[in-house]
Formats: sequence, structure tokens, C-alpha cells
Amino acid sequence: MTIIDQTDAVPAPRDGEDTGPLLDVRDLHVEFHTREGVVRAVNGVNYSVNSGETLAVLGESGSGKSVTAQAIMGILDMPPASIPQGEIRFHGRDMLAMSEEERRKIRGARIAMIFQDALSSLNPVLSVGFQLGEMFRVHQGMSRKDAKAKAVELMDRVKIPAAAARVNDYPHQFSGGMRQRIMIAMALALEPDLIIADEPTTALDVTVQAQVMDLLAELQREYRMGLILITHDLGVVADVADKIAVMYAGRIVETAPVHELYKRPAHPYTRGLLDSIPRLDQKGQELYAIRGLPPNLLKVPRGCAFNPRCDRAQDVCRTDVPPLVQVTEQDGTALPGRASACHFWKETIHG
Amino acid sequence: MSEKTIERPTTDEAALAKEIEADEKAAARQASLLKDGWADLRKRPMFIVSGLVILLLLALAVVPGLFTARSPFSDGFCQLQNSMTPPTSGHLFGYDVQGCDIYTRTVYGARNSIIVGVVTTIATTLIGGLVGMLAGLIGGWIDAVLSRVTEVFSALPLLVGGLLIMSIWGGGDVWSVSLIMAVLGWPQVFRIMRGEVISNKYNDYVAAARALGAGPGRIAFRHILPNTLAPVIVITTMNLGVYIAAEAALSYLGIGIQYPNISWGLMISDAQDRFLTSPHALLFPAGALSITVLAFIMLGDVVRDAFDPKMR
Amino acid sequence: MADTTEATEPGDATPNVSPLEVADAHSVEEKVAALDAPVERGEPILQVRNLVKHFPLTQGIIVKRHVGAVKAVDGVSFDLYQGETLGIVGESGCGKSTVAKVLMNLEKATAGEVFYKGQDITKLSGRALKAVRRNIQMIFQDPYTSLNPRMTVGDIIGEPFDIHPEVAPKGDRRQRVRELLDVVGLNPEYINRYPHQFSGGQRQRIGIARGLALNPEVIICDEPVSALDVSVQAQVINLMERLQDEFNLSYVFIAHDLSIVRHISDRVGVMYLGRIAEIGSDEQIYEHPTHPYTQALLSAVPVPDPDAREGRERIILTGDVPSPANPPSGCSFRTRCWKAQDKCAEETPLLAVPERFKGLDTPAAHESACHFAEEKDVVHAG
Repeated sequence: MTIIDQTDAVPAPRDGEDTGPLLDVRDLHVEFHTREGVVRAVNGVNYSVNSGETLAVLGESGSGKSVTAQAIMGILDMPPASIPQGEIRFHGRDMLAMSEEERRKIRGARIAMIFQDALSSLNPVLSVGFQLGEMFRVHQGMSRKDAKAKAVELMDRVKIPAAAARVNDYPHQFSGGMRQRIMIAMALALEPDLIIADEPTTALDVTVQAQVMDLLAELQREYRMGLILITHDLGVVADVADKIAVMYAGRIVETAPVHELYKRPAHPYTRGLLDSIPRLDQKGQELYAIRGLPPNLLKVPRGCAFNPRCDRAQDVCRTDVPPLVQVTEQDGTALPGRASACHFWKETIHG
Repeated sequence: MSEKTIERPTTDEAALAKEIEADEKAAARQASLLKDGWADLRKRPMFIVSGLVILLLLALAVVPGLFTARSPFSDGFCQLQNSMTPPTSGHLFGYDVQGCDIYTRTVYGARNSIIVGVVTTIATTLIGGLVGMLAGLIGGWIDAVLSRVTEVFSALPLLVGGLLIMSIWGGGDVWSVSLIMAVLGWPQVFRIMRGEVISNKYNDYVAAARALGAGPGRIAFRHILPNTLAPVIVITTMNLGVYIAAEAALSYLGIGIQYPNISWGLMISDAQDRFLTSPHALLFPAGALSITVLAFIMLGDVVRDAFDPKMR
Repeated sequence: MADTTEATEPGDATPNVSPLEVADAHSVEEKVAALDAPVERGEPILQVRNLVKHFPLTQGIIVKRHVGAVKAVDGVSFDLYQGETLGIVGESGCGKSTVAKVLMNLEKATAGEVFYKGQDITKLSGRALKAVRRNIQMIFQDPYTSLNPRMTVGDIIGEPFDIHPEVAPKGDRRQRVRELLDVVGLNPEYINRYPHQFSGGQRQRIGIARGLALNPEVIICDEPVSALDVSVQAQVINLMERLQDEFNLSYVFIAHDLSIVRHISDRVGVMYLGRIAEIGSDEQIYEHPTHPYTQALLSAVPVPDPDAREGRERIILTGDVPSPANPPSGCSFRTRCWKAQDKCAEETPLLAVPERFKGLDTPAAHESACHFAEEKDVVHAG
């Protein structure tokens, strides 16, 4: 198991403006123009990731968590999508202001993405060795032979058994877990600074899911990468995340370090989610269920988007959109990294 | 956390129902998929244009007498002394080589075109749909045999098949031409129907119906058939135009409709020799044919956009 | 009326396999009557014995040659007691969904029997089979494909009455459908809507209402919430629990999510490659698992508690599930098992209370198909 040696051709993990976070998303908006009207999928999202840090973005379908990631990667189809507002600063530079050429250099090499469905993300008619090697041939001008050797090395790195023998196999000849490893290998190939993993284990079985999450965490530690993990699974988040951003209807409703969030959520939606999942290690009576349905993005409720489903909702929730504000202890000391977009966060966290 | 899970008040189902109700109110305006499709169609200008053209054609076919006072079958309709006279005020399309009024013949030609198109479409849809449904539903060796049979039919080119059937049965009227095209055309509908049935019969709602104890008839007609109709409707609409064009092509080549019957294809064939001196004899029937075919194909196009959910 | 044909397994209070009571019914009338007879709470209502389902692998188009078989279900036995929920968990390809299909008679069993109230339903046909259908219903996984998109909600939920007209007189049916909608928490006014106008959770409620229409006694639930959003899952689970109490239902609850299965089940069977690896009460399986596969499965489940991540021991299995077309000899789990020895390759372990726990009054004394079964708590930290 060899570590890919650092060559000059690989961009150094950091350069230039080194201050501030690795990735900083500021007030990002994404809209989709459809026949039924304008869908505001992302509505002013702020989050940041540092090197070596894992940010989990938690949300249900339609919360905008994947759209945000696609906007960061620059793989949104525009149109129908558009980004009317916001900044995505990578190493301090706003990627939305860059030329397409500059962004392409970042994509894959500096920021890589892992998708949920590995089978459809790999080209079925090319061998996995060729696809892995392509990264080196295209970005680093390596020869075919060297690239293949690198591919074997990478497959070893992600613990694919008999890598040298399987390098010429095609994607369909691998199992789901192995394909996801190949995706990870591909994302890692150029040692990016940031990996975005969009539901990387949702399609996998429990035992395989554990293997893949373990591998991802190990590699992240080793390369000191930033990781954005997009998921709906509160269990996976608790296992690997450092900090969490909870999304609902295109907005971040709560951010917190992982231990804090599970101990005392500061937003009724987070609390509801935590209470509504059954636990492996205890048998409850009846599950708490958040009532109603996730909102239709074509007609997001006025005020706080969560108000029709919220136990705490008052008149103010139906009129004013709550800003994401700093969460403090009862005595007023600020809780670092914690924020909540609820008019009644104090009541929610302190009871 | 654990105590909390247990102590939290249980969800009030009535409140939940109310919540869902509120959320659904906006959706209440919507109706069925077919009605959705219709509502969608009505808004499209292409549908209105092609629909109007087709309505006009239907009127021509059903009551040609409304559009022309003359009858092409009456004695003295054709006067040789008028041969190839260009359009005049009383005879807007002029005369053909036999001295017959082209306008009247074009109007009456619409009837045969429409009859061939409609009859062939109905025949191919019924035969292909029924056989395709059987093959898809039953599967096994019956499906294998039927599929091979359709391959034999669809391997025959239209012209060769037309020649073959004409030489066996003779004919030369709308019915024989429709028969030829139906015999050669049904495999297309068969293939679509069979594919749709197969892709639908493994759906969970079919399994659910079986689990309820539904018999094969109910599963076929209540569950599978309605879900296969949209693509069949689309292909049927498109085929109307295609068959009308094919009839003209056969007649033009002399193996379709024969004298004394009227056909646009036949009129084009007759006029082509003198195209340079008297273009009107060719242009008017050819224009009528083009507009007709285009109208049906446009209609098929908008119908597909409206009814095919995958295109939405 | 009934006679005992099989000896009892020695063991605990709720045995996986209890004495078989074969109903003595010969004419169709007798069979239907026996199928509609009530079963007392706590008595076995469904008894599955050595169920096998192999899907043949063939080659050639016209002349089909057998080249093997996918052993989707390979000898499964269990009982379902009246009023209980039996959870069946396993990873994809373990055969759990095939079990559901065979129980519903949607697939024909290759071998084995499914006794419902003492009659082997795999051998019934005609009116008797229809009577079974009335009493055993199913909830499907995918709320998007399990409802016919061309039928209104009223037609979907009312269809059971068209097929079994004796259940509700014609005039009452619309009213019954409205009641069913109300029971599952949907507005009865939406009877004329189409499925695409509902969200996933609402569609699943419609599917549940359809399953309830005939007043069944047993409902087979195949991954009923796995396609739903987290916040909606809890609603549907609560609804299913409420309906169970209200209508005295017995559930076979098939799922891959171990947390949900624990929440809803009274007893749990763990499947691996077409066989049951371990079966017992929810406490026995989750707190005192003895089969290494169960232990690995449980330890792999992410627990929504960040404090537990350091303290918990995690067993990370190597490799993938072998193909059911070519399962390993002996114990099918041995290729991924850290305890495997020569014996495991030679001898297929039987599903029984392990020798070492036999006769002991311990929760570990439940059926486990492992030569080297030992207890290990993997769910709790430390």
C-alpha cells in the first residue's frame, strides 16, 4: 500500500491567500426556472469548511443540499438553473467570478465529488483502469503505462483486492461497494483539497456502507482534505462529522458542532428529526413524528418555511423569516460554531 | 434523548390530516393525466393550427359537395378541349391533361386519402395492439413465435409487398390499398404495444392487483392497457399522416389506387410529364398532400409532447 | 378438526417453529370456512416450513438449457403469531423480498410449505386461494410504482371490493373507501384524485388503505418506509402501529433498516444468502446476538449519537455478499466470518438453539445457525 508521491505537477494543497477557510459559501442563491414557475432551491446559504474538517450537510429531499453542492462543483445545468446572488470562495477566491477555464482546472483536481450512484457515474464501456488513469493522462500528461501503474496504486489505496488483476475490468464487473471505492479512488487521484460526497453510501448495504465510510474517513485524515458530506442519515453524520449544517427548504436552519447538535438542538426541525428516528440501542413506545409534509419549493410557506409543521409556531413565524443567529448559553456566552434560524431558539435549546 | 423520545406527545392524526389537507388544496385544481394532457394540448398553437386543417380535411372528405358544385363522376365533367388550361377565375386550380377540373378532383381526392389513412390506422392499431398485448402478456414461446412472424412482415419493403399483394389480389381502390398497408404496417404497433406491456407488467401495481386476487382479464384491461395507451395514441396520430403519404407514393408508382378512383398520388403521377409547361396540374394536388401529411405529423408531435410524461 | 404432525423444538417460550396444526378440510367450502375462522392472539397464524425458491438460470432462446439456479430462498422456516410483528432483516440479495413474494403467492415456491391456519396456501387455487388473498395482504416498498397511475384513489382503494364483492355491498363501497382514507390519515375528499397528485408518504398511506380494505389478518410489509423521507417515515411507522392495535393485525415486516425493525418488531429474523442466520425476540437479537453476521450487521449500523463513536466496537466485514447463484459450501457466511474454521466449510450449521446455551435461562438461548455461536453485545458502547 503505497502513498502516491507528491509530484510538482500536483498542485500543492494550499497556495496564495492562505488565510480563512478552505471553502466559504456566502449567501448563495440558486433558482430553477420551470414551466410551473421559479423554484428557489437554495435561498441564502452560508457555510465554510477547513482543511481536514468534515462538514455534514443534513436535509431531506428538496432541502437544497445537493443543489448547493452542484453549485460549488460548477456542474449545475444553467439554464434552467441560475445563481442570482452569492459567493463561493475557494482559497479566498470567488469561483463564481472565475472564467470557465479556471473553474475547469479546479474541478476534479482541487475539488472532487463522489456521487450516490457509482454505476451511472462511471463510463460502462471503458475499463476502470483506463478511467482512473485518464485523470493522470489529462491533467498531468502521463504516459499510458505510467497512468495505468498509478491506477493500480490508487485501487490498492482504496483497498480493492487484487488491484493489478482487476485494473482492466469494466465497471459492471464490480460490486456496488467496490464501484463506490473506484469512485473514491477517482476523486482522490489528484489529491484534491476538498471532497464533496453526495449521499456516498445511501445505495449500499449496511456492512458495505461501514467499510466505505471508514475508508473515506481514513483517507481524509491522511490527506488532510476538507470533506463535505451530504446526507439525510443522522447516524452516518454522528459517526463522521465535525460540524453540521441542517438544511430545510433551501435555507440553513441550524449549524453546530456534532456533539452539541445531538445533545441540544436549537431548532425545532432538528429536534423533530432527532426524535423521529428509531434507535438501535433502545426500544421506544411511539416515535415522535414531525407532522405534515416537506414543503413544495414552488410555494414555500411565508415566514419561517417550517412553521406549518412546527409545534412552537407563533404569529411571528408566519410573517417574518427568522435570520440565522448566534446561539448562546443562558448566561449569554456565545457557543462557538452554533447558530439557529428560529425565532424561538432560546426556548428550543434551553427549554 | 431516550426519555424524550418516549415522553413527547404523540402526533395528533387529526391535526396531521388537516395539515395534509391544507397542503393539498393547491393541487386540487389538477385532474387526471389524460385531462392534463388535453389541457396542455389546448394551449399549444401547433395543435390549434393542425387541428383546424384536419377539421377542414374531414369536412372535405365527408361532404365534398359543400366545397364544389361539380362532381368528378358526372358525365361531361372532363372536357378534352380544356386540357391543361391554367387556373382561371371559375376554375381556381385549372384543368388537367384530360380536361378535368383539378379543384374538384383535389377536393374529392381528400376523401380517399383520409379513408386510407383512417382505415389503415384503425386496422394496424387493432391488429398490432391486440397481438402485441397477447405476446407481451403471455410471453414464453407464444411471444417468441409472434415476434418472429412480425419480423417477417416488417422485413418486407412497402413497395415489394405492395407489388406482391396487388399481383395476387388485384384491386386498385381504397380498400385494397388500405389492406396492403395494414398488413405491412401492424408490426410497428405490435412492437410498441408488446414493449409497453412487458415494461408495465412487472410494475408493483400489477403485483398489488394480483395480490388482491385480480384475474388476468382485470389485470390486462384495468391495469396494463390504460398504461400502454399514451404511446399508442401518439404513434397512431403520427401514422395517419405517414399512411396518407404512403398511399400517395403507392398510387404515384402505379401500384396503389387506380383509375377511375381519384388519388392525389395518381394526379401527381399524371401531371409530372408536363410539369415544365403546366406546373399547376402537379402543384395543387402535391400542395394538398403536403399540407395534409404535415398537419397529421404536427398533431402527432404535439400529442406526444402532451401525453408522454417522460417528455415533461 | 386438526391434528399435530410435527414434534416441538425444545427451547424458549416463543419458538421459531411451533407444532404444525394441519386443518382437516377437503371440500372447497370447508377450506374457505377454515381460512376465515378466527385465530386466538398468540397462536401461530402463518407457519412457513423449509421454504425454497430457486430461480433457474437458463441459456438459449428456443431450447432452454439449465445452467444453474439463483438460490434466492434456500430453506426458511418460521412462525408468525397472531397479533405480533415479525421483522425480517438482511442486506440486498439475502432473499427477504422473495420470501414476501412467495408468502403472497406472487411467486411459486420451488419447495416447502406455507401454512395459513393449517392449510398449505402454496397448494391452494380457485376460491380457496381467493379466500387467502382476502386475509393476507401486502404493502409495497415503492409508493411510486405500486399505485396504478391511471386510476383514481377511490378506484385503487375500491378495487379490492370489485374483486371480492362479498366483502362490501355495491352501494356501500364509496363510503367504505372514504372511511379507509380517514383511517390512514388522508382527507376523504381526495377520493377522486390521482396518485401523482400526492407525495411519497401520502401515496404509501393510500397503499396501506388498499391493503386494509378487505380486513386482512396478516399484512406482509416489504420495505414499507425505505423510500420515504426521514420525517415522513416516523408518521407511517406510527400509523402502522396504530392500525395493528386497531385491527388486530399480524405483520411480517421486511426491511434493511435495523433500527426501524427493532422499533416495530416483537421478534426478528436475520437473513443471509437465502437462509435465516438467527431468529429470536427483539431483545435476544439486538442485545444478545450470538451469530457473527448479526453482530457485524448491528455493529455496522451508524448510531445517531456522536458520543458513541469512540466507545463502540465496530466489526467491519471484509468483502461483499457472495452470489446466491453460487453460495459457499457449508455455512454461507464463512467467507466473511472472522471465526470461520474448517468445520464451517464442511458442515452447514442448522438453525437451532446452540448446544452451549441449551436449557439455560439466558436470552442468548435462541436459535442461531452458527457452529461457534457466542454472545456479544455490539449495540451498546463500551
